[in-house]
Amino acid sequence: MAGSILGNRVLRKEDPKFLTIGGKYIEDLNDEPLLADALHVTYVRSTVAHGKITNIDLSECKQAPGVIAVFTADDLGLEPVSATFNPMAKRTYLAKDKVRWVGEPVAAIVTQHANQGEDAAERAIIDYETLEPLIDVEIAMTSTTLIYEECGSNVVMDTIALGIPDNTGDAIFKDCEVVVKGRFMNQRVAPCPLEARGSAVAWIDGRLYQWISTQHAQGVREEIRKANGLELENVRIITPDVGGGFGAKISAYSEELLLGAISKHVGKPVRWRETRSESMVGLGHGRAQLQFVTIGGTKAGRVTAYQLHAIQDSGGWVDIGTILAPFMTRPMSQGVYDIAAMECRTTSVVTNTTPIVAYRGAGRPEASAAIERAMDLFAAEIGKDPVEVRRMNLIPKFMEPYQTKIGAAYDVGDYAAALEKALAVAKYTEARTEQAVRRKRGDTVQLGIGVSVYVEITGGVDPKQEHAKINILPNGRAVVYTGTSPHGQGHVTSWAMIASSETGISIEDIDVVWGDTDLVPSGGGTMGSRSLQQGGAAVQKVSIELVDEARKLAARLMEANESDVVLDKTNGSFHVAGTPAVSKSWADVAQAADPTIGLTQEGIFVATSATFPFGAHVAIVEVDIETGQVTHRRHIACDDAGKVINPLILEGQIHGGIAQGTAQALLEEFRYDDDGNPITSNFADYAIISAVELPSIEVVHMETPTFVNPLGAKGIGESGTIGSTPAVQSAVIDALMHLGVRHIDMPTTPERVWSAIATASV
Amino acid sequence: MKVSITVNGKDYENDVEPRTLLVYYIRETLGLTGTNIGCDTSSCGACTLHLNGEAVKSCTILAVQADGATVTTIEGLAKDGVMHPMQTAFMENHGLQCGYCTPGMVMAAIGLLNENPKPTEDEVRMGLEGNLCRCTGYHNIVKSILAAASAT
Repeated sequence: MAGSILGNRVLRKEDPKFLTIGGKYIEDLNDEPLLADALHVTYVRSTVAHGKITNIDLSECKQAPGVIAVFTADDLGLEPVSATFNPMAKRTYLAKDKVRWVGEPVAAIVTQHANQGEDAAERAIIDYETLEPLIDVEIAMTSTTLIYEECGSNVVMDTIALGIPDNTGDAIFKDCEVVVKGRFMNQRVAPCPLEARGSAVAWIDGRLYQWISTQHAQGVREEIRKANGLELENVRIITPDVGGGFGAKISAYSEELLLGAISKHVGKPVRWRETRSESMVGLGHGRAQLQFVTIGGTKAGRVTAYQLHAIQDSGGWVDIGTILAPFMTRPMSQGVYDIAAMECRTTSVVTNTTPIVAYRGAGRPEASAAIERAMDLFAAEIGKDPVEVRRMNLIPKFMEPYQTKIGAAYDVGDYAAALEKALAVAKYTEARTEQAVRRKRGDTVQLGIGVSVYVEITGGVDPKQEHAKINILPNGRAVVYTGTSPHGQGHVTSWAMIASSETGISIEDIDVVWGDTDLVPSGGGTMGSRSLQQGGAAVQKVSIELVDEARKLAARLMEANESDVVLDKTNGSFHVAGTPAVSKSWADVAQAADPTIGLTQEGIFVATSATFPFGAHVAIVEVDIETGQVTHRRHIACDDAGKVINPLILEGQIHGGIAQGTAQALLEEFRYDDDGNPITSNFADYAIISAVELPSIEVVHMETPTFVNPLGAKGIGESGTIGSTPAVQSAVIDALMHLGVRHIDMPTTPERVWSAIATASV
Repeated sequence: MKVSITVNGKDYENDVEPRTLLVYYIRETLGLTGTNIGCDTSSCGACTLHLNGEAVKSCTILAVQADGATVTTIEGLAKDGVMHPMQTAFMENHGLQCGYCTPGMVMAAIGLLNENPKPTEDEVRMGLEGNLCRCTGYHNIVKSILAAASAT
């Protein structure tokens, strides 16, 4: 093999299993001996959005076939727990006095078989005294009806309370020649991993073993430890294959936190697996941010002031979604532009809806959508091409940290290059010509071109570090232990490539272990596009240190000077420089280190900062102006994630991200009626995107390495979503600009498009 | 009720509750867990397998309806350790990420090519409408199927 394996399109090591026998997910642990005779847990869920519980009658449930036990909050002795992000908000894992969203767990039923639990749950009689349901975030913000009375307000977090000055109203726009305002609803969506949530527990000699479909075993261990009142060493979390997470499986939920206690009560292992309909209201939702933007500048097109007030719907619990607006949206609110005056306030508000958590992009797609839509409104107001206005305002190329007005320090960036590359592949000028022709002809099907330029933050969650261990077994095979937690991202392949690149051991001979806290006690999991830049960098670091140790051992074995011993990475053997005929293999060295356990190196990579991937997307859509139907024709994406380790995996991440961004722009919205009843709570009613609504994606390559880690890599897991959402939304609106349409909220469904055309005036 | 079903070339005879769906019979009675369950509305296609040679969603059929039938699941595709050309195409084109939709997707893809051996990209996309994937954006799944079609 010539040169490093890094940067090659290496096929995934994990695929043969998935393709021939399928993955081993939570539901597939039928041969796990510790779960033999496990009973099934089913949760009875609230059917009202906001109400006081006046009575819980489970007597009929107890009579149902197969029922072993039923539990309320009182039966389990549950005490209220504080929300991490606002300790004043408290609730019990099973609702006790009141319910706050449809789907909130109220009782647990334990049965012999899973389907018996579903039957028994239907017999539960729970009486509610209904309270005013607060579904609309603006109404909830000022309502005197409180969802958490002890908070004194439905506003559970505000940047003003965090010490950040309030937006100054119109003051920062006083010198602007042009000022445009917008109100955008970045709507609530459901993450929809194809595998819903599931977990199983067994108590083994006073130790809690919990299998769980999660993105972060070590983080979940702490939550489960706390919920069960255990010492850390008495909890073992085991992550089987995970069928997608997208941010929604970062933390443990009530349903999972209760299994330990339930199992203890019934004296047997228990399993829990939700149905899709439960998952649609039980697994956290994403986005749900109402945005008020004001943008101002010169008639020539220079933007000089931008102000955002983001009102984050937290849903019925103060979960991760609450902090995304202040800590993810706000720092990225300035986007890729050089703007003299910047202000951003965020306000997070509880409502009687499913709690908001992280969902692919988590706060950054919202920031990007807000400023990209604002740029388009500004361009339309001054009558200029939106690309031209962007070119005038982009932060020039920088290879040293750039301090934004809002307070972020971007690592490296070349936004203009990304934009021009994407435009060139899209044939932007030709597309504009085609658009003009169709407009002039008065075609029924009009062309829309949407452009977005974005920057996002990855690897930004503290601590910005990851743990790795590499063990060379006495037979010469390597085992890499990582604190990241792949669920589709291909870490088995990429981490093996990185270890192979340093050790010369073939990737076929490298295994990767993750997600079992007994084997990997420390780790930050997979979220926020952190894995490669921190986890991959840690694997590289310990591999380099391992080679140094191995050279010492090889020198001793060959009775040579350590400084003369070199590693031949083409075959993974050590020899004295100049005399390759006499060599020692990795197996020799591992046996010399320890004949039973081999040679091990362990360590932590600490990143000095987050990284800021960037890019430009161009979406070209057709809109039937008689029906409002949108067809996504072309999607061109230039995403710069720094140094690429495996282009095959990188492109896969981009494609998937774009599908979810396009889904939000065109189709998906989780909706409630006025009483807070979910009306999109299964895959038949929720418009989850399929192959039919998407074009093939044109990926444009660009690599600007970061200095933040020795790999030069930034995150790529979420970029596609961040870039695509505003590009597709803008393309739909762009198709209708000549009819006087300036904005349509997402999703741009036929109904909304048709209505926008009907009410627009030129 | 008693059912006799041939699965992946092996004959099985079992007693099943009349309400047992074929997918539960395959997963729980026979322990073939490659076939997954992703929804409760027959929307996602994760449970797609072949019933008498035709791709079907096994959550839409009762086990008793499959009495006397021949079933192939993802576990029955590879022969003597050699993957089916569709499995190979998915591997070579990175047509899977988390793997959850994959068995159903592969079975649906084979069914699609059985009906239309040389489909256009649009025909592949239309043919996949009943199979959902949340990871790949379908790009590489479509590419895999077109690659498998042109390889045969």
